[in-house]
Amino acid sequence: MSDRNDAALIPALSAIELTEIDAEIAHVPYRSAVAIDALKIVQAHRGWVSDESLRAIARHLDMSADELDGVATFYNLIYRRPVGDRVILLCNSISCWIKGCEGLREQITGQLGVGLGETTADNRYTLLPVTCLGACDKAPVMMVGDELHENVEALSLQAIFGDSGGDK
Amino acid sequence: MSLDLPLTRNVRPDRAPTGFDAYEANGGYRGLRAAIGMSPADCLQIVKDSNLRGRGGAGFPTGMKWSFVPMDNPGGGHKYLICNADEMEPGTFKDRLLLECDPHQLIEGMICAAYTIQADVAYIFIRAEYHKAARLLREAIAVCYDKGYLGRDILGSGYTLDMQVHSSAGRYICGEETALISSLEGKRANPRAKPPFPQVSGLWGRPTIVNNVETLCNIHHIIERGADWFQALGLTEDAGTKLYGVSGRVKNPGCWELPMGTPIREIIEKHAGGMADGYQLRGFLPGGGSTDFLTPDHLDLAMDYGTIGKAGSRMGTGTMIILDDKTCPVGFVKNLMEFFARESCGFCTPCRDGLPWSAQVLDDIESGRGQAEDMDTLARQVEFIGAIGNTHCALAPGAMEPLQSALKYFREDFERHISGSACPWCDGGAH
Ligand SMILES: Cc1cc2nc3c(=O)[nH]c(=O)nc-3n(C[C@H](O)[C@H](O)[C@H](O)COP(=O)(O)O)c2cc1C
Ligand code: SF4
Ligand code: FES
Repeated sequence: MSDRNDAALIPALSAIELTEIDAEIAHVPYRSAVAIDALKIVQAHRGWVSDESLRAIARHLDMSADELDGVATFYNLIYRRPVGDRVILLCNSISCWIKGCEGLREQITGQLGVGLGETTADNRYTLLPVTCLGACDKAPVMMVGDELHENVEALSLQAIFGDSGGDK
Repeated sequence: MSLDLPLTRNVRPDRAPTGFDAYEANGGYRGLRAAIGMSPADCLQIVKDSNLRGRGGAGFPTGMKWSFVPMDNPGGGHKYLICNADEMEPGTFKDRLLLECDPHQLIEGMICAAYTIQADVAYIFIRAEYHKAARLLREAIAVCYDKGYLGRDILGSGYTLDMQVHSSAGRYICGEETALISSLEGKRANPRAKPPFPQVSGLWGRPTIVNNVETLCNIHHIIERGADWFQALGLTEDAGTKLYGVSGRVKNPGCWELPMGTPIREIIEKHAGGMADGYQLRGFLPGGGSTDFLTPDHLDLAMDYGTIGKAGSRMGTGTMIILDDKTCPVGFVKNLMEFFARESCGFCTPCRDGLPWSAQVLDDIESGRGQAEDMDTLARQVEFIGAIGNTHCALAPGAMEPLQSALKYFREDFERHISGSACPWCDGGAH
């Protein structure tokens, strides 16, 4: 694959991203084995994985773009559409449901003006449901970016989201 | 010291992580030294004799599982040990505690396990959302390389082991051990047919052992202190301690290390403080979202694999989910079924199409659109989808466990929804 590092790919896959992906490739028996790591690397830099990046990663890993997209779309934490600056992962599994996560979702929707799967107009937040976050004794819980919030109440939302409120 | 609780001895009340120095000062890495002073076969014998059973949910005897790994390795290729830190079973929050509070304990357990099966590469497969744990583990692994506890010729023993953290990208099915292996290979996380078993042909076709976090955290303690010590920790026929948890409407939800076989009543009433004011206990899932309901009649049973199995459920992950009298049992089961339907990997039809169907029927009943024949439909789904062998992996049968037992214990509640064309707990269940 002589075009692997083709300059035309650079916009879709930066030099830093390539370096990080190649570091992963060093640990595995064949290139496509790092598919998920590569997707996560690009997502860490750009927030999501665009079609252009996906195609560039696929070429770099000797895979077809369709095959890589089959992997990408399997995993709920690989974002194939743009997301806000911070993703809200709201647990809707059983212990959080018992403790009122549905009401919490309505509160968040009211405050940020977005439903599940949507991004605020100011692009600060995307709201997504997530599987049990392993903090069920502190239900209801959610993550905002990398941070876990426990025992979340309607009253604590203002503090968590600050002034990002209202119909944006 | 009244109780010997090896797994949580470094867990501080504020849950701050125990670093390398504190870990070693408290006896850490003595088990590693003990292990490399013995032959792998001797280590295996101790683990077998200890009667340790896997803490990931199925309770498979760990020593027996390891004994299927080929020990003559003529081609000299890799052998792998994988720690399953995917913890996503609804209602389960025990591995997080071990990962965040005492990362070196897991690493020491893994080195001892890897030495026993003579693996040369170890992975920690951790769910994507456990950022803090992944960071702590990476830091702890780096320290171990510096100290000579990982890498080439560990402590001059001639044994070499590399260890790496792999942060996942989501999906509950990744916790199923063959799906986990698919995912680690960079593929969609579809489970694989067994045989061949991973012990013989797992990651990249090489011998592979997958063990739960809590299982692995026990290994160096067992090797250092012996099988008899470990057996004596348990109150009943199952050995060791167990991280038990309670969530739902109790006064003090939490997770505690207790002797294996502690009575359920003691866990719920003493450690979890009993039901929250104004709530009555109606039932509970003993070990996560894919275990059968038990009821207040079962409170005096011992929480161990055999006893809970005989009562018609499974100890699973040992983390209980409480159903109280102000929460609708139909809504409860519907929430779980929607979870399992969403998390189906889509590989086989009974699961991919059957679970959404069950979820739909439950939604109809919960929303007041249920018909009398829906009860038969659910019973048939339980019978067909719940039968081991009708689906490619255990996700779908697991999904049927709360439903089948809810139909047994809370049948009138389902029927009241149908006859009254509404949920008696009102619009959608929990408040
Ligand atoms: C759908 C499904 C999800 C699972 N998720 C996990 C998990 O998150 N963590 C885990 O340790 N085991 C999980 N298991 C069990 C694993 O397949 C495997 O039995 C376990 O990791 C073996 O470790 P142990 O012998 O130490 O228990 C899951 C099983 C199924 C069927
Ligand atoms: S039972 Fe479900 S999760 Fe398991 S292989 Fe079949 S479709 Fe996938
Ligand atoms: S159910 Fe929400 S954290 Fe477990």
